[in-house]
Amino acid sequence: MANYSTNEFKGGLKVMLDGDPCNILENEFVKPGKGQAFNRVKLRNLITGRVWERTFKSGESLEGADVMDLDMEYVYTDGDMWHFMKTDGSFEQYAVDKKAIGDVEKWLKEQAVYTVTLWNDNAIAVSPPNFLELEVVETDPGLKGDTAQGGSKPATLSSGAVVRVPLFINQGEVLKVDTRSGEYVSRA
Amino acid sequence: MTNTPRPDDWQPAATIETLRQRARLLATIRAFFTARDVLEVETPVLGHAGSTDPHLDSLSLEATTPDGRERLWLQTSPEFHMKRLLAAGAGPIFQLAHSFRDGEVGRRHNLEFTMLEWYRPGFSLDELIDECGALIRAVLPGDPGPLRQRRYRDLFRDHLDVDPFQSPLAGLRQLAGESGGLPMDDADRNGCLDLLMSFVIEPRLGRDGIEVVVDYPASQAALARRRIDPEDGAEVAARFEIYHRGIELANGYDELTDAAEQAMRFAEDNRQRTALGKPAVDVDRRLVAALQHGMPAGSGVALGVDRLIQLALDKESIAEVMAFPTPRC
Repeated sequence: MANYSTNEFKGGLKVMLDGDPCNILENEFVKPGKGQAFNRVKLRNLITGRVWERTFKSGESLEGADVMDLDMEYVYTDGDMWHFMKTDGSFEQYAVDKKAIGDVEKWLKEQAVYTVTLWNDNAIAVSPPNFLELEVVETDPGLKGDTAQGGSKPATLSSGAVVRVPLFINQGEVLKVDTRSGEYVSRA
Repeated sequence: MTNTPRPDDWQPAATIETLRQRARLLATIRAFFTARDVLEVETPVLGHAGSTDPHLDSLSLEATTPDGRERLWLQTSPEFHMKRLLAAGAGPIFQLAHSFRDGEVGRRHNLEFTMLEWYRPGFSLDELIDECGALIRAVLPGDPGPLRQRRYRDLFRDHLDVDPFQSPLAGLRQLAGESGGLPMDDADRNGCLDLLMSFVIEPRLGRDGIEVVVDYPASQAALARRRIDPEDGAEVAARFEIYHRGIELANGYDELTDAAEQAMRFAEDNRQRTALGKPAVDVDRRLVAALQHGMPAGSGVALGVDRLIQLALDKESIAEVMAFPTPRC
């Protein structure tokens, strides 16, 4: 991979730092009146998801990271690994381990399309689509007539996520859910 | 890396209303100097010499001139040309000059920016500092608060409890490393001081007024005279910087007028540049010749106009007061 100098740093650039691939979020040029310049850089570690703030002397460089985001369909899990398939017609599959799946495990639905982040051709992170339609597999019985205001209850969805839903929702219904906030949006 | 076009990036970064306000503030600046009998001058942005300052990167280009193909440099400030006018007897002069510094793009930097530079033959640093304060007051809409001078050495003592001139280098390296979050084990004293100044001290300066930093280390003199501090006998640079609301606005000197000393500093700068792995810059032999002829003693200052306008219009970045900042030019 190419090396990138501080003056090429910008949001979205993927670089290697302390052995981990990182995504640059912000790059601020800092310079005293007359003197040496520095770059204050915010980066997201793509392995841990943590945000780092680092300072570099202007002109220093970092190695680029071979990181790609690809659309893939979730296929199945064998218990240890989660398997995704490219949507480009190649049927090529990637196995994702528990660490890379992380919290997304509770948002997995077969045939839905996820963004899988590959580093050196290994999956390091998965992000779900913003909205998913999922079936309610367990919740208290719905309250008739209570269709408008007030009250909510927990509901377990087919993917394993638990979300707050209005009281009128029944087991077996399919709901539209926002995966970013984990909130109920509507009936599907 | 390519500058990816976006469908709306043909538009100016500043609104037309902001550009109107900017034009009014520029008129205010010109009226300020006209009233004080300071002559507006125009000098070329291109010259046969560049800035040798080790921490400034000049842009250069090749042009066909009557002497054939030549390398010409885009100015990092109009200083050299204006000093030649001073040596020629121009008297007090000012200029609103486009200046260029390679690699400097950020919230407070733009590759091409507007510098207000003015020179006052016969003025002491204190007189020029007062005039800077008056100009800043004329441009800012509200009262910026009182102007006060702070010695560089005292700032480090107050904010960091270290003596920038005498504390052992090892301690400064550790402090700078911790403040910046990067290894500073191989940094020199000025490198450590620069980091501490820009990361710790600067953001706190000028919060309730106009703060003027004076008596810089002699090693950070650039084109200022050096003198002995009467208070503690240390050699300091006769130089000041002005801060308001955490933003560095201006940098002034009691100007170096000694031609031999000037030639020596150019050579020393180029040695430092080579040590830093930067290309040497063609030095301005015409400036040295002008100083040999004789430049009147006096003070001069350069002020970042885009930053002053940013403060006057209460914007977050200088890009918001420019028609087409570097990413859109």
